[in-house]
Amino acid sequence: MIPNVVPVTPELIAEHGLKPDEYQRILDLIGREPTLTELGIFSAMWNEHCSYKSSKKWLRTLPTTGPRVICGPGENAGVVDIGDGQAIIFKMESHNHPSYIEPHEGAATGVGGILRDVFTMGARPVAALNALRFGAPEHPRTRHIVSGVVAGIGGYGNSFGVPTIGGEVNFDPSYNGNCLVNAFAAGLADADKIFYSEAKGVGLPIVYLGSKTGRDGIHGATMASAEFGEGTEEKRPTVQIGDPFSEKLLLEACLELMASGAVIAIQDMGAAGLTCSAVEMGAKGNLGVELDLDKVPCREDGMSAYEMMLSESQERMLMVLDPAREKDAEAIFVKWGLDFAIIGKTTDDLRFRVRRHGDVMADLPIKELGDQAPEYDRPWIATAKPETLSPASAPAPSDVGEALARLIGLPDMCSRRWVWEQYDHLIQGNTAVGPGGDAAVIRVERQKKGLAFSLDVTPRYCAADPVEGGKQAVAECWRNLTAVGAEPLAITDNLNFGNPEKPEIMGQLVGCIQGIGEASRALDFPVVSGNVSLYNETNGKGILPTPTIGGVGLLPDVAQRATIPFKAEGEAIILVGETKGHLGQSIYLRDIAGKSDDKSAPPPVNLAVERRNGDFVRTEIRAGNLTAVHDLSDGGVFVALAEMAIASGIGARVKPETALPLHAWAFGEDQARYLVTMPEKDAESFMARAAQAGVPAARIGVTGGSELTLAGATPISLVELGVAHEGWLPAYMAEGAEL
Amino acid sequence: MKSAVVVFPGSNRERDMLYALELITGVKPHAVWHTERDLPDVDLVVLPGGFSYGDYLRTGAIAARGNIMPAIAKAADRGVRILGVCNGFQILCEAGLLPGVLMRNAGLKFVCRHVKLQVVNAETDFTRKYERGQVWNCPVAHGDGNYFTDTDTLARLEGEGRVALRYAEGTNPNGSLNDIAGILNERGNVFGLMPHPENMIEPLNGATDGRALFESVLEAVA
Repeated sequence: MIPNVVPVTPELIAEHGLKPDEYQRILDLIGREPTLTELGIFSAMWNEHCSYKSSKKWLRTLPTTGPRVICGPGENAGVVDIGDGQAIIFKMESHNHPSYIEPHEGAATGVGGILRDVFTMGARPVAALNALRFGAPEHPRTRHIVSGVVAGIGGYGNSFGVPTIGGEVNFDPSYNGNCLVNAFAAGLADADKIFYSEAKGVGLPIVYLGSKTGRDGIHGATMASAEFGEGTEEKRPTVQIGDPFSEKLLLEACLELMASGAVIAIQDMGAAGLTCSAVEMGAKGNLGVELDLDKVPCREDGMSAYEMMLSESQERMLMVLDPAREKDAEAIFVKWGLDFAIIGKTTDDLRFRVRRHGDVMADLPIKELGDQAPEYDRPWIATAKPETLSPASAPAPSDVGEALARLIGLPDMCSRRWVWEQYDHLIQGNTAVGPGGDAAVIRVERQKKGLAFSLDVTPRYCAADPVEGGKQAVAECWRNLTAVGAEPLAITDNLNFGNPEKPEIMGQLVGCIQGIGEASRALDFPVVSGNVSLYNETNGKGILPTPTIGGVGLLPDVAQRATIPFKAEGEAIILVGETKGHLGQSIYLRDIAGKSDDKSAPPPVNLAVERRNGDFVRTEIRAGNLTAVHDLSDGGVFVALAEMAIASGIGARVKPETALPLHAWAFGEDQARYLVTMPEKDAESFMARAAQAGVPAARIGVTGGSELTLAGATPISLVELGVAHEGWLPAYMAEGAEL
Repeated sequence: MKSAVVVFPGSNRERDMLYALELITGVKPHAVWHTERDLPDVDLVVLPGGFSYGDYLRTGAIAARGNIMPAIAKAADRGVRILGVCNGFQILCEAGLLPGVLMRNAGLKFVCRHVKLQVVNAETDFTRKYERGQVWNCPVAHGDGNYFTDTDTLARLEGEGRVALRYAEGTNPNGSLNDIAGILNERGNVFGLMPHPENMIEPLNGATDGRALFESVLEAVA
């Protein structure tokens, strides 16, 4: 071992994000002072982002198996059987901190990373979605971040050639200094041709593929595991630079190489680059790994072992190859103009050994680095159960119609067209329902069946009651998939929280995971992959707890799908599910009644009712009985009606039979509800089937006309609603909107 | 009809185009890698959409100097139909097989949406299955589709009926001159357009208005 030129001081240890007890653990493990390179490697492997040290204990409680699950958490992405010998491979991952520091590249490389996770396993990406959360519109950095993040996501996905078909956009002051960029990708593969990261066989070549290694992104994962304070912008050099062109070539080259049969194991270089990928491949396969860094293709001269091991340069892969097929493999990469270098081999001694210029720069026990990272049982305090607000105690608006016209144009409620028109959502030619639906739907290439995708969470619910909020995120996702006619299959979760060292924040994490677990068990909707992003804090203040849920559903026949727009005049509008007028934590209460400090309970989720109502609606869709379907969520019945009307250009006349105050009926956010339409003549038999299934259903009105008319409220023209709905975001981005 | 789709590094709608051609012509097209110097014997050569060479330097500029391009120029001289869609249109302009350039969209953003296209000339090999004046729906997805050329060239294009398709009903997404969406070369066998008819061929796409463009070529070469 070469001696350290730079002394390992407590300051240096702290700069590497390691706590004194963690450093002591390193000393105990290796029995000597680590080299600087080793310190960097430990810092990369043991940070929160890579090790899940604060969350692991709780993540283990989630259900991860099911009859369709081929591979759950632990690999690059989850794998689920979709029949006909095919599998869908998907995951969601955050790129929050980089996107705040450098919005365009941060978001772009977030997309690049998640696409790589999917095609590393042998899948061709077929869908991308993203859940974005920005600071308050009036915050001086918000416009800049929205603009950069959206352009970054579009720039990467469009060039790579994957349709970006949906997601979420929200604004809240808690994200002022810490936006959230959660990127989801899904790919299709043959179920018997899936590639894993576990290395097999001693003495086999370890091959480096893709772009060259540069100094970008060094310590990216460590940065992503720290809170923000003053001077965050100085961290820009830790953000990676993406090149979607290289990624597209890497995709084609990898799929070609996999088809050739030469690949034994493969791992993409994401967070902590070469370190993480090499350690994971070795540790999973119970093998040692030896790397000669002199062989690594570099973009810059004079890179040290430390820099190469921690670089997060993008569009790189590590593979273990069948030695007999080395030449064929190299030819494929030469064809695609990508670097190909044998940089090491697998060994039988369970050591992770790294050489540079002939010197051993690191020699560490590989299992302890990976599998045996520190794990914490952090103290936590459960969030106090909030009181439920009675419908009668929520202030009424002067006019419910006028309130709707305001609601539909709010930052959190208006059309996201300005965003998704910058995403190519039509490439590959399989998009059946694009952005703006309850769930996005694609056809499975050259097949009859379809796949549905939805990303959901309501952070204000999670803040008020983490357990109910966690349940609601899963239930809402399940409902959105159901509302297009899909059978919900499985989810990926992206858990975004503040500093877990604070017991209240840890309590939010524990509560949300409990809720997610309950819901996914009750709905047979297992968690097959995920990502945890902690320390989303600025100057000591955490974000709203935001456990984003990404769900995938299956449609046996993509032609048998439901969509939001009304289809014809004179059709019956039926509200499925029970309406109790729950206004606690509603958009109405926050933004129209002005109760932004609302501390009451979010709408409770009854999972048995959720399932019963959803299964009924799905059966009706698949039987071809419904002409339009919309899930009810933010803004309740009246907002959903407005969205169905705006999307179709057909109005509606609605007269509820209810004892509730009109605004509670119109804007309450009770769960497990859908609006459906059908020809008038079919309504009676539908109501009979609903009664038979024990599903509450109420005829509330008829489609038609050019206005939305609710008995007891001023009618509003669709033109006015459309202008309000479409207007805010483009005007805001053009800096002309009133805030 | 025999056809070929040329694939450059960074092409990304080649699979859409291969699928559309097979679906509509009933014959599996050839995929031709950009390093080839010869084309197979075909009736139609398509340069598909995408971001060849990552759009680096200028859109289409590097691909336009690829090994396969002289063969495409020769085929055009022989009268073989050449179709460039989106990035393919940009490459044809950069290669000098079509006049003019495609600049950054006027709004400076990538735009993916449905537009209306009006058939200005229905007597071309690429539009004969449409009616003159017919307006149809088609998606666009590009960042550089703002067609521009000098006044004399524009006058010739318009005068010779070589502006085959125009954005209609105020749907010009990119600020192109005279709402130009697609143009022909002088001989009428090379056609470039920014919209994606290959994504408008099945009920799943919302309508099948793009089929007629491929059926036009099919009829022309029959």
